[in-house]
Amino acid sequence: MTRKQRRLVLIGGSLGVLALAAVLVLSALKDSIVFFNSPTDVVEKHVAPGTRIRLGGLVKPGTVQRGDNLAVRFEVTDGNRAIAVNYKGILPDLFREGQGVITEGTLEPGGTFKADSVLAKHDEKYMPKEVADALKKQGHWKDDYEQKK
Amino acid sequence: MIAEIGHYALVLALGLALIQSIVPVIGARRRDDTLMGVASTTALAQFAFVAVAFGALTACYVSSDFSVANVFENSHSAMPLIYKFTSVWGNHEGSMLLWVLILSLFGAAVAAFGSNLPATLKANVLAVQSWIASAFYLFILITSNPFLRLAQAPYEGRDLNPILQDMGLAIHPPLLYLGYVGFSISFSFAIAALIEGRIDAAWARWVRPWTLAAWMCLTLGIAMGSYWAYYELGWGGFWFWDPVENASLMPWIAGTALLHSAVVMEKRNALKVWTILLAILTFSLSLIGTFLVRSGVLTSVHTFASDPTRGVFILGILVLFIGGGLTLYAWRAPMLKQGGLFAPISREGALVFNNLFLTAACATVFTGTLYPLALEALTGEKISVGAPFFDLTFGPLFIPLLLMVPFGPLMPWKRGDLLGVAQRLLGAAAVAVIAIAVVFAATSGGPVLAPFGIGLAVFVMAGAVTDLVERSGVMRMPFRTALKRTQGLPRSAFGTAVAHFGLGVSLIGIVCASTWGSEAIVSVKPNATVSLQSYDLTFDGMVSRQGPNYRELVAKFTVREGGVVIGTMEPSKRSFPSRQSSTTEAALLTRGASQLYLSLGDPNEDGSIAIRLYHKPLVLLIWLGALVMFLGGALSLSDRRLRVGAPKPARNAGKPVMQPAE
Repeated sequence: MTRKQRRLVLIGGSLGVLALAAVLVLSALKDSIVFFNSPTDVVEKHVAPGTRIRLGGLVKPGTVQRGDNLAVRFEVTDGNRAIAVNYKGILPDLFREGQGVITEGTLEPGGTFKADSVLAKHDEKYMPKEVADALKKQGHWKDDYEQKK
Repeated sequence: MIAEIGHYALVLALGLALIQSIVPVIGARRRDDTLMGVASTTALAQFAFVAVAFGALTACYVSSDFSVANVFENSHSAMPLIYKFTSVWGNHEGSMLLWVLILSLFGAAVAAFGSNLPATLKANVLAVQSWIASAFYLFILITSNPFLRLAQAPYEGRDLNPILQDMGLAIHPPLLYLGYVGFSISFSFAIAALIEGRIDAAWARWVRPWTLAAWMCLTLGIAMGSYWAYYELGWGGFWFWDPVENASLMPWIAGTALLHSAVVMEKRNALKVWTILLAILTFSLSLIGTFLVRSGVLTSVHTFASDPTRGVFILGILVLFIGGGLTLYAWRAPMLKQGGLFAPISREGALVFNNLFLTAACATVFTGTLYPLALEALTGEKISVGAPFFDLTFGPLFIPLLLMVPFGPLMPWKRGDLLGVAQRLLGAAAVAVIAIAVVFAATSGGPVLAPFGIGLAVFVMAGAVTDLVERSGVMRMPFRTALKRTQGLPRSAFGTAVAHFGLGVSLIGIVCASTWGSEAIVSVKPNATVSLQSYDLTFDGMVSRQGPNYRELVAKFTVREGGVVIGTMEPSKRSFPSRQSSTTEAALLTRGASQLYLSLGDPNEDGSIAIRLYHKPLVLLIWLGALVMFLGGALSLSDRRLRVGAPKPARNAGKPVMQPAE
C-alpha cells in the first residue's frame, strides 16, 4: 500500500470509530437520561405516569410514615406543591424531615411517586443544587440554607 | 507564627516559580548554560518551600491551632492523630496545597533525575512546569489561602466531615493527585517539544517513565477511591459514574492511550504528532477534572465548599493552559517531521486501534459528564446521566478494545499477519470458550451477556499468558534455551503481560459482582436469622460504644455457613455531635475474593433494625486487578532501558541524539 492509501485506511477507521461513538452517545442520550423535576414541575408540566424522573425538594415535616417491611411514605415539597412518595428500603443517613432530598422513580397513575432510590448525600450541610434552585424558583429559599451550605 | 511561615514560604515558592517560568526559556533560546541551569536549582528550591508550607499547615492541624480558619473549619481536638494529618487535605484549601506540593515534587524530580536530558529540553520542560505551578500558587494565595487566621481563636474546631474520617482519605487523594499532576510532566514535555520544534523517538523514551509513573498512581488512586466509596457509602456499589469519578477516569483513559502511543513513537518514530496531542489532552483532562471538582460546578463530597471566584479562577487556568497548549500545537505541530510508515495490520496498527477506541470511549465519558452542565446552562433543563448511559456507550466501545488486547503484543512491528497471530491465540480462545460454556452451565437461566463478559476477561488473561509463552519459547524450545530467553526478555515485556492480565482480573470482578450479586434488605429482630446464599446471619443485639469523637451504635451479627460459625460482623452507625451528623459503617466479611457486606438502616422502637445485606461474588478482584495493573506498570518502569533512559541504539551510536525535525 502507498502512504496515501495507508493514511486513508487510518482516517477512514478513525472516522468510523468516531461515528460509532457518536451514534452510541446520541441513542443513549435519547433513552437513558433522567430529567429532574420539582413537585411544581410535575404538576405543571403534566409529567406522564411511567416516565422515569428525579423528583427533588424538601421532605415535608410531619409527613414521614413508616409501614411494614421497610415501606416509607413521605411528601416532597418545594413550598408550592407537595407530592407523596412511596419508597421501600433503607433511607440514607441524612434523610430528615425538612431536609433536601432527591428521589428517582416513576409517577403512578394516582399521582403518587414510586421511588426506587432516595439519593444518599454525603454531607449534612449539603443542599442538592437542583433542590436549592427549585426552592428559589418558588420563593421559598431561606438564607438559612445558604449558611448551611 | 507557624501559619505565617507557611504562608511566607508559599509566596517565596511563587517568586521562584516566576523566575523559573522565564529565565530558563531565555537560556534555552540563547543556549546559555548558566541561565538554563537556574531551572534545576529553582525547581528543587520550589519543592523545598512548598514542603515547608505544607509542613506548616500540617503542624497547625496536629497542634489543633484553631486560630487558623482552615483548621477550625475542618478539625477537632478529639480527632485521632491520623485524621489530623489527613484532614490537611480533607478540605479545599489544603487539597490544593497538596496539589501544588505534588506538582513541585515532579518538577524537582525532573531536575534531580533528568541529568540525561538535553539541556535545552530540560530547561524548557521545567519552565513549562513552572507556568503551571505559578498559576496554581496564585490560585491558592488569592482565592484559597489555607493560612488565614481568625481574629478570635475558638476553643474547639468544627470537625472534619465524618465521612472523610477514614483511612481512605489518607491514601486516595495523594495517589490520585500523584496521577493527575504527574501528567503535567507529559504536558510540559509536549509543550517543550513544540517550543523547540523538534521531537524524536528519544523524546518518547524520556516521557514514557513519567507518564507510566503517573498512570500507575492514578490506577491505584481510582481503585482506592472506588473501594472507599464501596465500603463507606453503605450502598455496596463500586462505581457510580458520578461526575467526580468520571473526572478521574477521563485522564486515566487518555493516559492509557498516551502510554501506548508513546510506545509506537519510541520504537518506530511514528505517531509523533498524535502523541504530542494526547499528552496535551491528558493533562487537559486532569485540569478539567480539577475544575469540575474544585469549582463547585458539581456538588458532591469532593467539592467541600464552593465559591464562585474559585470557579472562575480555575476556569481561567483551564482556558489558558488548554487553549494555549492546543493553539501552540496547531501552530507548531505541522512543522514536526512525520514518522515511519506501517501497514494497518501491524503492532503499530494495533496500538492505533487501541488509541482510537480509548479516545472514543473517553469522549463518551466526557459527553456524559459535561452534557448535563451544558444543557442546564443552555436550556435550564436539569437532567442526570447515570449508569444506563455509560453502559450503552462506554461498554460497546470497550468490548472490541478488550478483544484486541491479546492481539497487540503478539503482532510484529511494521507489517503483521493477522491470521498467524490468530492461530497463536487459538489456545487462549479455546480457554475462553470453555470458560463461557462452564459459566453458562453453572448459571443457567441467568443473564446471557455475563458469561461472554467472563469469556472476554479470560481471553484477555490467557492472551497475556500466551504473549509471555510465545516470547520465552517455553512450548517450542528445549527448557534450557527457553529459560535463557525468558531471562533475556526485557522487563517491559513482563510489564505489558502483567498489566493486561490485571485488566482481565478486574473485568471478572466487575462482571461477577454486578451480575451475580444478591441482596436482602430487611428488618431483623434480635436473635432472628437472615439467610443469603449459603450464609445465615443471626442478629445478636445492639451495643453502644464511645469513640474518640463520636458515639456509635453497633449491631452484632454471627455469621454461619452450613451451621458452622465463620465469623462475626459488626456494622455500626456513628453519630458525630460536633457536626450533628452520622455515618453508617458497613461490616465486611471476606471469603476468598468474595465478600459479605452488611450495613445498617434505622433502628425501630421494637428493637429490630433495618439491614442491607449483600453478597458480592469475587468483588475483590476488581481492585486486585488494578493492583496487578499497577505491578505491571512497576515492572515496566524498572526496565533498564527506561531507567538508563539514554537512547543510543547501537546503529546510530555515532549520530547526535536529537536531530532537528527539518
